[in-house]
Amino acid sequence: MRSRWSYVYFLFYLALGFVLLFLNNDLSKAVITLMNVIIVLVPLISTIFGVMYFYNSKEFTELLLAQPLKRSSIFLGQYLGVAGSLTLSLVLGLGIPFVLYGLFKSDTIWDFSLLLITGAFLTFIFAALAFNIAISNENKIKGFGYAVLLWLFLAVIYDGLFLMSLILFEEYPLDSFSLAAIMFNPIDLSRTLILLKLDISALLGYTGAIFNQFFGTYTGLTVSITTLILWTVLPIWRLAYKARRKDF
Amino acid sequence: MIQIENLYKKFGKNQVLSNLDLDIHGNGIFAVLGPNGSGKTTLIKCILGMVVPSSGEIQVQGNTIKRNWKYRREINYLPQIANFPGNLKVKELIRMIKDLRQMDSKEEDLIRLFALDTFLDKKLSTLSGGTKQKVNIVLTFMFDSPLIILDEPTTGLDPGSLIKLKELLLREKNKGKTILITTHIMQFVEEMSDEIVYLLEGNIFFKGNVEQLKAKTNQTDFEHAIAAIATQTSDA
Amino acid sequence: MYKFQLHFLVFIFFIGTSLWGKTIEVCAGCEVKSIKEGVALATDFDTLLIKNGNYKEFNIVVDKPLTLIGENYPVIDGEDRGEIIRIVSDNVTIDGLHIINVGTSYTTDYAAIRVVKSDNFLIQNVVLEKLFFGIYLERSNNGKVYNNKIIGDALDEYNSGNGIQLWYSHHVQVDRNIVQGVRDGIYLEFSDNIAINNNISANNLRYGLHFMFSNDDVYTGNTFENNGAGVAVMFSKRIRMVGNVFKKNWGTAAFGMLLKEINDAEIIGNTFEENTIGINIEGSNRIEYKNNNFISNGWAVKVLGACYTNSFINNNFLYNSFDISYNSKLNDNVFEKNYWSNYTGYDLDKDGIGDVPYRPVKLFSYVVNRTPETIVLLRSMFMDIIDFSEKVSPVFTPDNLLDAMPLMKRSE
Repeated sequence: MRSRWSYVYFLFYLALGFVLLFLNNDLSKAVITLMNVIIVLVPLISTIFGVMYFYNSKEFTELLLAQPLKRSSIFLGQYLGVAGSLTLSLVLGLGIPFVLYGLFKSDTIWDFSLLLITGAFLTFIFAALAFNIAISNENKIKGFGYAVLLWLFLAVIYDGLFLMSLILFEEYPLDSFSLAAIMFNPIDLSRTLILLKLDISALLGYTGAIFNQFFGTYTGLTVSITTLILWTVLPIWRLAYKARRKDF
Repeated sequence: MIQIENLYKKFGKNQVLSNLDLDIHGNGIFAVLGPNGSGKTTLIKCILGMVVPSSGEIQVQGNTIKRNWKYRREINYLPQIANFPGNLKVKELIRMIKDLRQMDSKEEDLIRLFALDTFLDKKLSTLSGGTKQKVNIVLTFMFDSPLIILDEPTTGLDPGSLIKLKELLLREKNKGKTILITTHIMQFVEEMSDEIVYLLEGNIFFKGNVEQLKAKTNQTDFEHAIAAIATQTSDA
Repeated sequence: MYKFQLHFLVFIFFIGTSLWGKTIEVCAGCEVKSIKEGVALATDFDTLLIKNGNYKEFNIVVDKPLTLIGENYPVIDGEDRGEIIRIVSDNVTIDGLHIINVGTSYTTDYAAIRVVKSDNFLIQNVVLEKLFFGIYLERSNNGKVYNNKIIGDALDEYNSGNGIQLWYSHHVQVDRNIVQGVRDGIYLEFSDNIAINNNISANNLRYGLHFMFSNDDVYTGNTFENNGAGVAVMFSKRIRMVGNVFKKNWGTAAFGMLLKEINDAEIIGNTFEENTIGINIEGSNRIEYKNNNFISNGWAVKVLGACYTNSFINNNFLYNSFDISYNSKLNDNVFEKNYWSNYTGYDLDKDGIGDVPYRPVKLFSYVVNRTPETIVLLRSMFMDIIDFSEKVSPVFTPDNLLDAMPLMKRSE
């Protein structure tokens, strides 16, 4: 995408990578810090960038609509352009400093790759959600508002409600409930993927059989990734559906 | 060329087009007129497939346009407000549209005609409104399609360019093309159009040539005739 | 090399026995065809040289000071019928035997080699397979258990035994053994002044090493990996634990080390890596934790119940999900000059010590103690915000539980 913003995003990650490595002086520690940052920042940036891009290119979209092009391919093309360039910026921006620091010689390479995969998923999911919001709201301010609210909800509020309900119903068996609750939030889902790698020792401390089945075997990994794919595909599908019916 | 039957379009609670039937045949310049909010742009966008009708049937060259996009190969469209992506150069935009259409184009002649050579390497965001409109016109006329749809083509044009546009329109008409225009400049309509389609409250109020219109409204002056339609209906 | 050593040993014994005793050869084609026969024939300080072969024997009682040496690991097959060798005399050496198929019983603890009320024994280079109990020392002192390999195939705790068990035995050295697939790798009960060094205890059902009521023991340089739980030290005093590795003890309430009612111990230079809980401490006092590495554990240190005057100095806490967890609001333990990878403070005066204290107990660890399912919210932004506010003004965590001098760099 010929957009200045993706360069800004790229430079941002480049700087973030270097600063983290400089401050921590330790690859593993930097990766852990980065994971905390990624699951919060990537969704925020993807959402805002997605909404912004959609509104900014509205006239251009209309220009394309009059051309002999399939509607869904116009929107999917734009979506893939945004999500793709964001992902590329993320991968290169973080990849370059870590590779320079000697990533390939370290065992953190798997943690790091997982981090990038998760980041890519989050980018695709949140860009798709942002496009959905934008296509359903003519009003720019409203669209931005909803997008930020969506991010705030999924990144913070959801977990707060989740925690409260867990504490409130603590006398009931909750492991199925909590696993289900994770599935309904892509940020939690990505976090789970990261936990599987970083905190497996702690996760296996819990007594529930369902937890042990989920975290102790490949079930957790398989289910999380499948659900993440669903989270990516469904908004894209809705985007295509909406795009076919929308008036310009 | 274009056949519209029982076309309805509702935006929310706002009924914009209701039970509209329209037949446009043969070559010539067809002016779509009507007061603000009468549904001109909606009608055009329906034909282009940019607005999805609530119900009704539209056919372009005998093909229904529902769930179809290939028919747009036969249409050149000039949008009302051309706001192109600002970080593109004029040259790049032209190349991009050419890539999309994948057909022969004659942009060089048009660029020369509107003296756009010096702007080719400029970014679109730096252009004035009139220059943008010229670029818009180049993009519309550079392909050879049987149907041309122009939404307010005269916006922002200086008199010289306006004359060139008129020449261009006549030339295309003489090639046997069907041209659909919306505009508010009545002089332009009187001078150029072969037939007038007058929209009112989402329906066709009048269809015919300038003379028929004058006869119908008992006016000798075209502008007055148009104005008379509006008063007649408000009386009714 | 190993074979050479063995030959060399045989040679030494050959010379030795020629001085104070004779050598009796045991083999299928020899005059003496079974070990039992050999023992019966032998007089004090004789050597039984057991040649390679298959001996179907059990209940061999060594009742005089003899040396039993296997040549090329002869197999003694107990055919699951009971105990194999019982030593009831001082000064017995067992060397180079391969013992299989020890009987399993719910009433008697059958062992591959049992030493009863006998001192100065040496058991070395023995391979044990398909066993119930391995080497069982009962009221026997001043012995050595070296270089043995104990490979069990235990599946359930109730019908499996321990690899090396010491009961009321003192001054024994357990060195360079490999124990796996049994209930407890090494088990000590009422045994004092024991040295357990350089052993590898892995994949055991319960504990890699288990102390009960045993004092003044030392264990160094051992590796405990993937056991039901690593090492349990219970009701014992003055234990020194130095340079051991506790790894991958995963699972519900699994830990690298459990300290229960332990006083005056030293825990120095150990590595706790990828355990659900690094050290689980209950009611243990005056313990010094120094120069240990806690790496990628769920909980590096979990403190339950009253624990007083313990000190944590110069340890490295690296990438643990939780560094320290407490279940009370009281703290009488000292944390000083540790390195915490989660520390985010700064060091303006460049003296290598962070200028802001580090609080190793997160509020979230309380939440997880209360409602274990909340563990899935680990590393979520919501929890980070809550932890941060708790850090700024502690409400639930002990106010004085902090490392006032956190290191900026890893302590070596």
